[in-house]
Amino acid sequence: MSYIIDRRLNGKKKSTVNRQRFLRRYKAHIKKAVGEAMNSRSITDLGKGEKISIPTRDLNEPIFSNGRGGHMEQVLPGNKEFVTGDRIPRPGQGQGQGSGGSGASDSGEGMDEFAFQISQDEFLEFMFEGLELPNMVKRKLAGNDAFHVVRAGICNEGTPGRLNVVRSMRAANARRIALSGGKRRNLKLLEQELLAEEEKDPALRDQRKLDELRVKIEDLRARVGRIPFLDDFDLKYNLLVKQPRPSSKAVMFCLMDVSGSMNQATKDMAKRFFLLLYLFLQRSYEYTEIVFIRHHTSAKEVDEQEFFYSRETGGTIVSSALKMMRNIMRERYPASEWNIYGAQASDGDNWNDDSSTCHKILIDDIMPHVQYYSYVEITPRDHQALWDEYQSVADVFPEHFAMEQIIDVGDIYPVFRQLFTQKVAA
Amino acid sequence: MLDTALNNKQPISTTSEWTFELIQEYDREIALLAKEFGLDTYPNQIEVISSEQMMDAYSSVGMPVGYNHWSFGKQFISVENNYQRGRMGLAYEIVINSNPCIAYLMEENTMTMQALVIAHACYGHNSFFKGNYLFRTWTDASSIIDYLLFAKNYIARCEERYGVDEVEALLDSCHALMNYGVDRYKRPYPISAHEEERRQKEREEYRQRQLNDLWRTIPKLGGGEEEATVQRFPDEPQENLLYFIEKNAPLLENWQRELIRIVRKMAQYFYPQRQTQVMNEGWATFWHYTLLNELHAKGKVTDGFMMEFLSSHTSVIYQPPYDSPYYNGINPYALGFSIFTDLRRICENPTDEDRAWFPDIAGSNWKETLQFAMRDFKDESFILQFLSPKVMRDMKLFCISDDDREKEIEVGAIHNEDGYRELRAKLAGQYNLGNREPNIQVYSVDTRGDRSITLHHTQHQRRPLGKDTLEVLKHLHRLWGFDVHLHSLNGDEITASYHCPEQGRDRSELEESMLVPKPI
Repeated sequence: MSYIIDRRLNGKKKSTVNRQRFLRRYKAHIKKAVGEAMNSRSITDLGKGEKISIPTRDLNEPIFSNGRGGHMEQVLPGNKEFVTGDRIPRPGQGQGQGSGGSGASDSGEGMDEFAFQISQDEFLEFMFEGLELPNMVKRKLAGNDAFHVVRAGICNEGTPGRLNVVRSMRAANARRIALSGGKRRNLKLLEQELLAEEEKDPALRDQRKLDELRVKIEDLRARVGRIPFLDDFDLKYNLLVKQPRPSSKAVMFCLMDVSGSMNQATKDMAKRFFLLLYLFLQRSYEYTEIVFIRHHTSAKEVDEQEFFYSRETGGTIVSSALKMMRNIMRERYPASEWNIYGAQASDGDNWNDDSSTCHKILIDDIMPHVQYYSYVEITPRDHQALWDEYQSVADVFPEHFAMEQIIDVGDIYPVFRQLFTQKVAA
Repeated sequence: MLDTALNNKQPISTTSEWTFELIQEYDREIALLAKEFGLDTYPNQIEVISSEQMMDAYSSVGMPVGYNHWSFGKQFISVENNYQRGRMGLAYEIVINSNPCIAYLMEENTMTMQALVIAHACYGHNSFFKGNYLFRTWTDASSIIDYLLFAKNYIARCEERYGVDEVEALLDSCHALMNYGVDRYKRPYPISAHEEERRQKEREEYRQRQLNDLWRTIPKLGGGEEEATVQRFPDEPQENLLYFIEKNAPLLENWQRELIRIVRKMAQYFYPQRQTQVMNEGWATFWHYTLLNELHAKGKVTDGFMMEFLSSHTSVIYQPPYDSPYYNGINPYALGFSIFTDLRRICENPTDEDRAWFPDIAGSNWKETLQFAMRDFKDESFILQFLSPKVMRDMKLFCISDDDREKEIEVGAIHNEDGYRELRAKLAGQYNLGNREPNIQVYSVDTRGDRSITLHHTQHQRRPLGKDTLEVLKHLHRLWGFDVHLHSLNGDEITASYHCPEQGRDRSELEESMLVPKPI
């Protein structure tokens, strides 16, 4: 009799652990491949899976085996023309003539690669490994909905409803023992004395001493009795604390300079940076929105297509974009509900007097509300006034403001990593 | 008359869709036939799985539970890769030597393939597992799953306590020596998880005591006399390297010894499979062929069914000639199937040649003869005993001899009257595990000195060791904890020596460069 069982609904991913073990072992290889992929990929497939190649010699599991040489005899199928005693020249080195038996390939030369695909998730995992969103906990929280309440031990104050009876009684007991210790010791001594006195022959008893002892004992008993059973001091309450719940919504402002000085290559770099940030936010928040703001002398909110591809010329006034960002934040993205991230890319050009205005808007209106603001300057040239102004913003908000310079495409990923590197808790 | 008789026999199914009812029905019919043919099997447990699950099963050597290790992940990834690119089809079946015998059917298979797999795995392999002497004596079908579970849990516990890296490194080293973790002659005790757990504690204490005796460093009084008669340890060379290390390595902790033991047990479990590949596959192939043809003869399956079956059957038993780009050694299915089929022919229609070659079995009852051939042989002896001249002719086997002292390769025996016997012996030798794997044994341990271990490799026809040898020695060194020496001997002459750590180099520098895995 056979049993037939349908196992199709059972777990499929039995090998997941082993697969992860494998990835873990070859982390170094994979990380390197991911880093390279980041720099060489076209913008639209950032964040797809990746083919990883590992040289087979690194994967080799060695065993004892027979080497070439000595006297080898082999039985082969499919004889066509040979008769006993024929002599055949040895086939050329490395070519043809499978070495038989184990079916091992002729010396791999280390060129063979073990190639496999990692999924998008795994790719991102490696890409963002060791990175952290700065300031995940919202700095300003309004309304109760952003909190949740957790138990956090015991405290001395609280409402009667949260009284912890067991801990209170234990504390009371401890206090009573502590406060009455000396008195009870004395009491015991006096009682022994009294007993000794009473056991004496009636003729020898000292009545006065007896009375004296009795008074003293009486007095001590009263004093022990006067220690309160329960004191305010004993009461213990369960402590509940409100923990801010990081809002699960994030909005990302992409600010880009599209003035005449920005060419397509520069914009491409900016775009990659924005994309990385977007992918990163998407992994950390349930819901992510993006606002694209581009500017030359005036700023405009646009869709993605226009943001990256339409051409504009003209001068540059950075503060126009910052003002627009401020306004949009006020209208649509209250900081109590949204985690706001700002990312600005520019080549550093700005109208001369405008940089100080930028400084003011950032300090007064934007920085207090955003989780993190990053500025990348894509230029091989020296910094201008804007950089200096931003530098002073960074001094005021060292935790929430970061700036870096990008010179070519290869810098983007390292700079990104640098901006978001996990900070070891001080 | 004939026509009406045929019409009465309805085929079980006419389409290629399968259902559980149909599988059950096919199984019942095949079981009946198998019984008629005298196949004795464990009860069957047929499990229908998806292709992903098949890949899982594949990468864990078919085992339903297994401990975690990266090498299985690597296996899985390469199977998955190849499958997704269509470079390989998955095996249609995997069968596990357990009681009940577990066979996997893939849901993508057609009804015909399911029937083929049932005949092949559930009755072919299954009866082989139950009947063959190697499996009967060396593996305990009823307890293997339990043991695997014990092993998995034990290793998981070790990972928790000692860290994944530690355990992984140790398993790597054990795997490198896995083929040298089997007892070839001694029958192991049956293993069971329950028993195993109970005895594990006992072993721990016992091992430590043994060790302490071996490594006692306090000299006995009157040592001067003893020096003269100092005994070599071990008294006899030991071929089971893992066993030797488990019992005698000086520095291993108890859990490490237990892990070595687990790998050893797995090796032991797979040992019969490695020795009976040709027979096992040949036997299963022979029976699926015979059973399904019988079903067809009884009108239980349609002609279309047979066409599909035969097309897949022929591709399974195809043997590419040696000069074909597809040639990858001798196909065990083809060889085994040919031998068993010819054996039946010898019993049923013997020729004069057969009478001369096989006087005992020519004309005998074929069912009994095949059972005998299946029960009491392994690949090597099976070929030596039953490979008939006809099969050698059909497969056009020939032998070449490649001697590195000669300039050219010489063709030895071929499929003719003068060559049959030699050819047969050569082919049998090719399936002797002892010839395929280098013969390496523990020769001595310097118990009084630097605690180094010395191994001897006895060359087979002057064949040297492969290029991985030093790598393997590093693993051995990790397990043993002290210097490892390996001498390769041709007769009494040492032709090559390997050392770990390598000699002649500055040790500390070497250890720093991390070439040598740190001893644990």
